Amino acid sequence: MSVSTPEIIRHVAIAGNPNCGKSTLFNALTGMRQKVGNYPGVTVEKKTGRFYGSHGETMNLLDLPGSYSLQIRSPDEAVARDVLLGRLDDTPRPDVIIAVVDASNLERNLYLVAQLLEMKIPLVLALNMVDMAEENGITVDVQALETALGVPVVPTVAKTGHGLVPLRQAVSKSPLATPTRRAPLPLVIEREAAQLAARLDVAEDVRFPEALLLLTLHEAALRDLGLPTALLQEVHAAQQRVRDASLDPTAAPVEARYAWIQGLCEKAVHKAGGPQLSLSDKLDAWLTHRFWGWAAFLFAMALMFFCIFTIAQYPMGLIDDASGALSDFVKAHLPDSDLRGLLTDGIIAGVGGVVVFLPQILILYFFLGILEDTGYMARAAFIMDRLMSRVGLHGKSFIPMLSSFACAIPGIMATRTIENRKDRLVTILVAPLMSCSARLPVYAIMIAVLMPMANAFQKAGVILSMYLVGIVAAFTMAWVFKKGLLKGETPMLLLELPPYRLPSWKTVALRMWERSGLFLRRAGTIILSLSILLWALATFPKPSDPKASSTEALETSAAGQMGHFIEPVIKPLGYDWKIGIGLIGSFAAREVFVSTMSIVYNVEGNDHEDTAPLRDTMQHEKRPDGSPVFTPLICIGLMVFYVLAMQCISTVAIVKRETNSWRWPLFQIGYMTALAWIGAFVVYQGGRLLGFH
Amino acid sequence: MSDGTVTPEPLSALSIGQRARIVSFTLEAGQRQRLLEMGVTTGIEVQIVRFAPLGDPIEIKVRGSHLSLRKNEAAGILVARA
Repeated sequence: MSVSTPEIIRHVAIAGNPNCGKSTLFNALTGMRQKVGNYPGVTVEKKTGRFYGSHGETMNLLDLPGSYSLQIRSPDEAVARDVLLGRLDDTPRPDVIIAVVDASNLERNLYLVAQLLEMKIPLVLALNMVDMAEENGITVDVQALETALGVPVVPTVAKTGHGLVPLRQAVSKSPLATPTRRAPLPLVIEREAAQLAARLDVAEDVRFPEALLLLTLHEAALRDLGLPTALLQEVHAAQQRVRDASLDPTAAPVEARYAWIQGLCEKAVHKAGGPQLSLSDKLDAWLTHRFWGWAAFLFAMALMFFCIFTIAQYPMGLIDDASGALSDFVKAHLPDSDLRGLLTDGIIAGVGGVVVFLPQILILYFFLGILEDTGYMARAAFIMDRLMSRVGLHGKSFIPMLSSFACAIPGIMATRTIENRKDRLVTILVAPLMSCSARLPVYAIMIAVLMPMANAFQKAGVILSMYLVGIVAAFTMAWVFKKGLLKGETPMLLLELPPYRLPSWKTVALRMWERSGLFLRRAGTIILSLSILLWALATFPKPSDPKASSTEALETSAAGQMGHFIEPVIKPLGYDWKIGIGLIGSFAAREVFVSTMSIVYNVEGNDHEDTAPLRDTMQHEKRPDGSPVFTPLICIGLMVFYVLAMQCISTVAIVKRETNSWRWPLFQIGYMTALAWIGAFVVYQGGRLLGFH
Repeated sequence: MSDGTVTPEPLSALSIGQRARIVSFTLEAGQRQRLLEMGVTTGIEVQIVRFAPLGDPIEIKVRGSHLSLRKNEAAGILVARA
């Protein structure tokens, strides 16, 4: 008998509000048997896993994005509904849905369930976090809930695994019962939906839910759907008839569902005692306090930032050393040849360049996981929203942008928490403007050339100004994008502040593992390919004289020729073709500027610690007419260029991954290069006008 | 008022600790639908919990959970003090 992948017996989908413990339950069921993919055309991730039913049968578990409702207002939000209506080709319609609800917050959590019941797919309710509900004096009568909803209800505590066995049993039942109960909607709406359903060209069992969703959609979203004109007119006519009956088609069904939910919660949920201040309320009194809230917030942010910035340096240093050692090993055992060059400068450098980001990503996700799980993330967004919304951004953009000071890669990965697609895109587009740690070697060498006699304070002052340039640029561009390119309806804040909870270490660890794996696999392949490409550009074509120095070799290569080629463009910035080569080399990674300049100025054996030889050479470098190449003005202009330019293929790769298209990373390269050019131009020419040189 | 009716006012006008019942919305359909879906429906009771340290947004308690809204969003929700 051959071994084959076990056949999937059942497709299960798991749905629920954000913060209801759905991820924890997903992880508890699937463990490490998860994988992340993409739905075509949207940035929403497709997360699936395997688990086993009560008789060992293989089940596929699809994690639907956490949401408060199935209503669609954007392509990203349409994913859950499309999956449930079976409209996606490579995602089968689920056989059963696990609806996860927070037992302490049943009323609002049941809204999504009310909509799910309309989908006519067998449903099992996982009444999660019953332990916390009990602590708060809330008891749910499971039997009453089951009777009212008409579906099995399984109390669970996902964190401890309590309730998993009965949950598996409920999901494994054969046959599964299609829900028979749902919220009664006003008569005119039921009638119009039924009529509309008859006109829809879809499978029988999805007609009514589809019709209902169309009927309740507001104008703008309806237009965005791109329905055939005839159908659109039908929907409009149906909506008008509802209005003629004095009901609002976009509001009435929502209110009707809540009326039903309220009724059944009154019977099934009992809250002991009167209103008391929970532990969460007491914590919030401090953590969002006018003064103490800020203190706590700044402390938390500083701690996170410090850890990413400094603690990551140790493993990063080790990785650098390891790839250096590996390179040396190869150099010692292979004769000098193109193959050796490809191995050491293309592949090892490329792979090393990818792996070196892992410590920062892991640390960031550790903190993000804790912030998200404990509920503090929402408070951070709550505190910072006013500042962020001034430029049209969302409070949730703050932490990704802060993380970008260490490295834009984990910062951009962190934008996943921003639900609104446009806000998320704008945050991704401006995050690299926050001066990341890779720019520091460039600042360091420029400052050394610019002001060799400066003391630590003066140096820090210059660096701080560069950071400020970055921040101002980021906020300005965010404002520009929100006003122009990506404008649309300003999304509401409407942020939930969940009760504080202890984090689930297992969930945090799993997410760290998952995100870093994704980074290595997806971004890693792009980074590696581009590293090899850049190595090739810097190696070929070769000089005809085999004894040529590395400086001459660089000049004859494609990269060198490109340096000459762009010279007219960078002349107005005050640069020559040698700096041009440095800029091109830096496209891979900013810190490559230092090593590229070493080669260009023929400074042998330069390493990161000792930049004195390079500094001296650059200080004495002269143009054909005798004037120095690296004047103070050029140095500052170059630093400004580096603040604003997109010079990191790893960032390009991660933006491609997160936006699921090449359009945005290419746009980002374009606008940032333009911005960098303008910035350096303004500094150089403006400075010249003012009399500096 | 002698006839017992309370004039509806914007939610943003209330102060910390005050409770009120939702009367109507002056927001556009899409925003109103989002609020409704989060449980902020007509007739339901809301309570102002606090304002953010920078003065905006507002934290409210509705149906047992805490939500935050910007002042300009809350201004579109008309309530009657309880």
